[in-house]
Amino acid sequence: MEDIQLQETIERYLTDQMSVEERTQFEAIRKTTPEIDQMVIEHAMFLREMELYVNRKNFSALNKQVFNQLLDAGTWTPAAEQSTSFKVIQLWSKYKKVTAIAASVGGFIALFTSAMVLFFFPNINGNQILELSKAVEKIERNQKVQGHILNEVKTKVPENSKLISGGSGFLIDTKGFVITNAHVLKGEGAIVVNSLGQEFKATIVYSNKNSDLALLKIEDEDYKQAKALPFTIRKKSSDLGEDIFTLGFPRNDNDIVYGRGYLSAQTGFNGDSNTYQIQISANPGYSGAPVFNDKNELIGIMSSRQKQAEGVAFAIKSDKLFDLVELLEANELTKDLNVKLNKQKVKGSKNRKAQINNFKNYIYSVRAFD
Amino acid sequence: MKAELNEQALLKGLAQNDSRAVEALYKSHFGMIQHFVTNNNGSFDDARDIFQEAMITLYEKVQLDHFALTCQIKTYLFSICKNLWLKRLQQMGKYSAPLSAQEETVSVEEDLDRFEKKDAAFAIMDRSLNSLGEPCKSLLEGYYLNKKGMQELASQFGYTNADNAKNQKYKCLMRLKKLFFAQYNIGE
Repeated sequence: MEDIQLQETIERYLTDQMSVEERTQFEAIRKTTPEIDQMVIEHAMFLREMELYVNRKNFSALNKQVFNQLLDAGTWTPAAEQSTSFKVIQLWSKYKKVTAIAASVGGFIALFTSAMVLFFFPNINGNQILELSKAVEKIERNQKVQGHILNEVKTKVPENSKLISGGSGFLIDTKGFVITNAHVLKGEGAIVVNSLGQEFKATIVYSNKNSDLALLKIEDEDYKQAKALPFTIRKKSSDLGEDIFTLGFPRNDNDIVYGRGYLSAQTGFNGDSNTYQIQISANPGYSGAPVFNDKNELIGIMSSRQKQAEGVAFAIKSDKLFDLVELLEANELTKDLNVKLNKQKVKGSKNRKAQINNFKNYIYSVRAFD
Repeated sequence: MKAELNEQALLKGLAQNDSRAVEALYKSHFGMIQHFVTNNNGSFDDARDIFQEAMITLYEKVQLDHFALTCQIKTYLFSICKNLWLKRLQQMGKYSAPLSAQEETVSVEEDLDRFEKKDAAFAIMDRSLNSLGEPCKSLLEGYYLNKKGMQELASQFGYTNADNAKNQKYKCLMRLKKLFFAQYNIGE
């Protein structure tokens, strides 16, 4: 019975059916009870979608009615003037077979040529094969890391050090600058591991427990500077209800994991204006993972420190990264790092699978050792 | 100047679900779309569907707070229809040549994106409502879609009083929300 009353109260609150007094009272409760706040946010979103649904449904019905009336009145003649202009398509279907044969002959010639080249210059491929085996060696090594026999393997974690904490991180500048959460870096140093399982040594450039942001710099000769970032760092704040997704390493292996949700409040726990509240299933290893919207923009950094309710997580707003860079520039010791944030709009694909494919090479698993 | 005023009045009418505005838009622009679609591998019914979707896109655009149409209605509707039809043809695997059209077009990508997103949410709500079963579906539609009061719904569905109807509505709503958010979160 209590649930009904609560639900009814929330609905009255959202549809403006409360007296001023009741409203202030309810808002006070909402502020101090995150569970209720979350319910309000969720129901507001539901009502919005319901309104959209109702509006569209009514308008569609109106459209159909008007259309049918006009049709009955003879406004248009549905007798379709069937297309004659699609000669190109007709031509294509006519010659499809011929083209296919031509293509396969071409393919055969290409294969034959490669075979000849291989036959006469077998050495060219020798190097590639070597490289491949190197890669296999690396994979093997990482599999051992997963097996927790750290000290026996040639990992980039220094000898006699143990891994003590971990999380996710991502490049914000292809010179090798990786952002993660400060609370991820419990130990003395860190390595980062990319989605292919390659390890890189990194130094901690900056770490701030208050903002929970930390900056690492990859300093490893194996690191090859990546191409320009496939996403923009958003400076403005993001909209409520915006679709978001994250990519991180919440599991104890090298598998990158995708999560999807929505932005549920402009402020985080206790009205913290440095963070967003987001609705996403968050596991501990997601700490430091990037939060993207579907316009190829980074809007936040996962920071699941204050989990209050199921599925509720908090993300540090991306504009804090600009503050961080400003801070680095103002400091004598760090101003030469020259960290640059990508503010240029990225005109990439909006297809989610393509986005994930583009982004995953810029996301790292972060492992701290003592 | 007069034409411009007329367009503004039409958009205003559209925003308010005025059937006269809808009728005027169909009368002056559907012929153009019919011609375009049927000349590009489509049927009369295809043209009807495409035009209706374009009307919804425009309708939802005029509902926005900071709404502004930077071109003529005709150009806007045609641009949307052309894009939608192109997509439809590609989905059917029919398209391979540039569509034949003389009309000018404007960039409507953003609007189409918004339409698609809302379309996905609309489909989820529709699916969720339809999988609720009776009396839940009709009860919730009565409340949210037809804006009926609890008293009225109680007598319509044979509940002894408004409180009983409220109780039932609550249970139905919870089920609907569960269905809706399960798909809304996974999405795509």
